[in-house]
Amino acid sequence: MNTELKTKNRYGMVIDLDKCTGCGACMIGCAVENNIAPAHQNATDRTGITWIRVYEVENGESFPDNRTVYVPLPCQQCGKESPCVSVCPQKAVEVDPSSGIVGQIPVRCLGCRYCMTACPYHARYFNWWDPVWPQGMEKTLNPDVSTRMRGVVEKCNFCHSRLQAARAKAAAEGRRDLHDGEYLPACAESCPSQAIVFGDLLDESSEVSKAARSEKTFRLLEQLGTEPKVYYRSEQNWVRSIAEKKVTEMKKSANRVGGEAVPRG
Amino acid sequence: MAERRCPVDKQLIIRGVTRTSLRNFFFWILPWSGILAVGLYAIYLCLAVGLNQTNMDNRFAFGVWIFLDLAVIALGAGAFFTGFLLYILKKDELKAVINSAVVLGFICYSGAVGVLMVDVGQPLRAWFTFWHPNVHSMLTEVTFCITCYLTVLAVEYSPIVLKNRKLKQVPSLMVFEFEIHKVMYVLAGLGTFLSFFHQGSLGGLYGVLRGRPFAFREGLAIWPSTFFLFILSAAAVGPSFILFMTWIVSKISKKNLVKKEVYSLLGKISGTLLIVYVLLKTIDTLIWINKTSPSVGFPAFEFYAWNPFGTWILFAEIVLFGLIPALMLLNKKVQERLPLLVTAAVLACAGVALNRFVMTIQTLALPTLSFDPFLSYLPSWQELATFGAVIAYGVIVYSFSFRYLNLFPQERDLNQL
Repeated sequence: MNTELKTKNRYGMVIDLDKCTGCGACMIGCAVENNIAPAHQNATDRTGITWIRVYEVENGESFPDNRTVYVPLPCQQCGKESPCVSVCPQKAVEVDPSSGIVGQIPVRCLGCRYCMTACPYHARYFNWWDPVWPQGMEKTLNPDVSTRMRGVVEKCNFCHSRLQAARAKAAAEGRRDLHDGEYLPACAESCPSQAIVFGDLLDESSEVSKAARSEKTFRLLEQLGTEPKVYYRSEQNWVRSIAEKKVTEMKKSANRVGGEAVPRG
Repeated sequence: MAERRCPVDKQLIIRGVTRTSLRNFFFWILPWSGILAVGLYAIYLCLAVGLNQTNMDNRFAFGVWIFLDLAVIALGAGAFFTGFLLYILKKDELKAVINSAVVLGFICYSGAVGVLMVDVGQPLRAWFTFWHPNVHSMLTEVTFCITCYLTVLAVEYSPIVLKNRKLKQVPSLMVFEFEIHKVMYVLAGLGTFLSFFHQGSLGGLYGVLRGRPFAFREGLAIWPSTFFLFILSAAAVGPSFILFMTWIVSKISKKNLVKKEVYSLLGKISGTLLIVYVLLKTIDTLIWINKTSPSVGFPAFEFYAWNPFGTWILFAEIVLFGLIPALMLLNKKVQERLPLLVTAAVLACAGVALNRFVMTIQTLALPTLSFDPFLSYLPSWQELATFGAVIAYGVIVYSFSFRYLNLFPQERDLNQL
């Protein structure tokens, strides 16, 4: 199913992996903005929820040549043949025609998890537990984002509520279009090293559009033809090679240093 | 189940056949009821506490339940395919097993739907698929067809129940049963149509996964090749499963249930379809290895570099549990020797179960991103108990059906002789 739409805007981001320190501020900012409940005490690395996961990837070399890169991985917002959109049996995943953002509708979700199986980036999360906030913490909930319930899937939507707020503000000021940088997801805003550049990829003058066109940028699993709208950038060849490197080769190199790529958080 | 001459519930047992005593039957049902009870408790936990009771996770989003669903639905295909052969292609010899096939089909499909209701996070929203259907999703097609076909199977099951000795005494029920029988050809045709689609769509579920190059396949129009392979494999092993079940019921009840020719015919049908399936599966695998998978940057051999899923699994699927049982089922000498024929049928059923396992579990275990780890998954006791509950439910429903209903019309004559 081709999910490519002729949208007015096409929001995306470029993440500079050379700037990312793996601090996890993006994960915290995202969780606070999007009302992600604290993990259940029995949650594991594979059952917890974080809409942006930072992976730690090593180059597999021994000291002193060993290098580490941190790869923040939100939903890649596939722009074409989006694997999750076509598989959902009840239209709980839709592409917003005005922004190109792939949105999840938790209140319509059956919890079949077929979309999670379809996603090659593992960027979708299931609510294995009821979300519970410690007493008093419910006061910190963001009123612009609805909480989700147990048994449904959720994922990054580029902080869609912030887009709505930015549009409302622009409309109040009599504008139809947003300025570059006027709408930023929480992860981009909270990154202390400004590794995440966000904006409209269709606006050729935008910072993100210029960064996406750089020779040093790449996308993950680009060969699948899903046209992700999240780009990565690095000056280092070995980092750029993680986009194409064969998984078995990567496994071997990871084994050499006695470990595998591990998600943080 | 040893025989007694006059069980207490004799009035409910069909005329001319003997059944074990009610006491023996009770002790046969008891352990299965225990397994069912444990499974029902596990189901309660999953529904009340949540799917955190399972060992599935965000990366292994499908587990043993989906494997079970795919496997039992493939094996349950014997119901639609036998109905198709009997009512549409007029293979009258299959009258001997059609009732049993319908009961098996009903058990398989109702069990699968039951497990699906536990497997989804919000079972009360199941109707949303009918209200907001995404026509592009293979799962929508599966949901529609399975729901409709389960209804057809329930309607097909009802005349078998209504033919019970006691129920037959109610005139209105007898008329109802007679009327249903008149439309059985329509039901068989409808069942065949629905089954073809959902068996195919179950294959399509995986074939369309562009993000999972291990499962992704090209095909015809909107249907990936797995769509057609699932139909064919299910049609091929359906008769094998009926053959195996008839044999095992015959062994447990110590009775001849069908003539030997029926076993041979089931074997021949299964073998013929299985050999075509093996041929097409081989062609499909070669296309996938040489074209589909490399075209998206994944040399197919990479998928088999992760233990325990080496190339042996491909060999087992196509040769050991595909080609070998197909050749055995088609061999006349094997057809005449029941133990060998049953062995071949079991191998064929195991082959399709392995295929469903590979498509579900291996697909999810394999990494896609270059920095992904290979994943392992072991089901929790709640998942296994639910799995066991479906098996126990099947045994109990079949046991009651066998005891009180006329599942094998040839039984009376064969055992009098």
